[in-house]
Amino acid sequence: MARRSLEPVLWLLFSAGGVVSALVLPVLVLLLGIAFPLGWLDTPNYEHLSAVVRHPITRLALFGICVLSLFHAAHRFRFTLYDGLQIKHLNEMIGLFCYGGAIALSIWAGYLLWRLA
Amino acid sequence: MSDHSIAERSTYTEYHPRWLRRRPSTYWWLERRAYLSFITRELSSIFIAWFVVYLLLFVRAVSLGHARYLEFVVWSRHPVVMVLNVVTLFFVVFHAVTWFNLAPKAMVVHLRGKRLPASLISASNYGAWVVTTAVLLWLVLGG
Amino acid sequence: MADTITIQVARYRPEEEGVQTLQDYEVPCPKDWVVLDGLNYIKDRLDGSLSFRWSCRMGVCGSCGMTVNGEPKLTCETFLSEYAGGPVRVEPLRNFPIIRDLVVEIGDFMRKLVRVKPWIVRDHEKPVAEGEYLQTPDQLDEFKQFSMCINCMLCYSACPIYGLEPAFIGPAAIALAQRYNLDSRDEGSHERLEILSEHDGIWGCTFVGECTQVCPKHVDPAGAIQRYKLTAALEGLKSFVLPRSAR
Repeated sequence: MARRSLEPVLWLLFSAGGVVSALVLPVLVLLLGIAFPLGWLDTPNYEHLSAVVRHPITRLALFGICVLSLFHAAHRFRFTLYDGLQIKHLNEMIGLFCYGGAIALSIWAGYLLWRLA
Repeated sequence: MSDHSIAERSTYTEYHPRWLRRRPSTYWWLERRAYLSFITRELSSIFIAWFVVYLLLFVRAVSLGHARYLEFVVWSRHPVVMVLNVVTLFFVVFHAVTWFNLAPKAMVVHLRGKRLPASLISASNYGAWVVTTAVLLWLVLGG
Repeated sequence: MADTITIQVARYRPEEEGVQTLQDYEVPCPKDWVVLDGLNYIKDRLDGSLSFRWSCRMGVCGSCGMTVNGEPKLTCETFLSEYAGGPVRVEPLRNFPIIRDLVVEIGDFMRKLVRVKPWIVRDHEKPVAEGEYLQTPDQLDEFKQFSMCINCMLCYSACPIYGLEPAFIGPAAIALAQRYNLDSRDEGSHERLEILSEHDGIWGCTFVGECTQVCPKHVDPAGAIQRYKLTAALEGLKSFVLPRSAR
């Protein structure tokens, strides 16, 4: 019973996370992961960046983006383990690893964003 | 239900021929292009998780002062990190494109009794992507 | 050169050997022949021991599904000329136990089909005197596509999830459940929801999408499943958040 009623919720989180990560992550990867380090663009004024990051709405939005993306990834990875490695019989361990990992990282994200200097 | 018991009775008896059951190979996903594409899409999950971590580290570095931020930028120039992020870019774009293309399948929207065409739903998803990207660019770079 | 073509057939004769073997046959290749014609030629003229299923030979009965050069196809709709030069490899439909030669065991699907209640379920039947259940063309369009299913099981053959986990309820069963869920005359969605949201129901599907690619009737089971996931998820959420009111 518990397993049956959890799947719909997990799928909805997966879907929401899928939409959010699809909309938001590509440009962020490009900017923060590639363009800034390589100096393709003049990295923005540090003061500006700092102000944007510290803004409560930014922190809230970042939290939402991180949590949803993490649960999206966890759900997808869980099924990849089932289908790719055919280890579905380790169901409970996989669930614990994937969603537990997502929860742990979400807690870290929340703590980090809450306690931003 | 009787049909279930019929199946059991006909499965294996001394005189019933043995059925051949083949297990899928561990590399089933290499057998068709569509399966490979599917697994690639699924593996994007790993890189999304990585980037969430990177994003949080970035934000933390920014908040700890200009010097720490510059150290972070230097670290992110490290070949391993850079390659990882380039690969991540490929995977998140792959995820986004496959997601927007498939979204209409799950979202059936009715307007005044008529179903909206799938292409319209896809197009509006891509539109949202463009707008979101523009907003984020303005937010991060502007000022 | 297109006079003859080689058909390589995967034979399985349990009373002789316990493995599959490939056997080659040369068959004529007139331009309007389909793979099924080739197989019937083999059975009539070359090797009467070959076993395979077929019936209508026009793509509506769903009996002649087989794996042709690695693809699940209806052999009555697959022209030999497509493979000009050959060889054409014909194997039984993948993901099913093989009974003999090209004949597979389909009981699993038959049982799953019955479980999803593929018929109109009503709380109260209208008496005949009150006339028919009326339906507008738009209401028909909602489910018509899913009613095209001929139970050929090519989708099960293409579905890697079904291959890995035979307990998975599978594309056609879900599409057929949707055919009735979306029918304005039906009142049985909640009954089907119970069955479809089980552990090996819809939640096992990871939207590979191959089922839709191979369907000869353009039923789009993948679309039916994703749409149903949303419906079932919202229902499931309601029962998770408000357990009492959902009963």
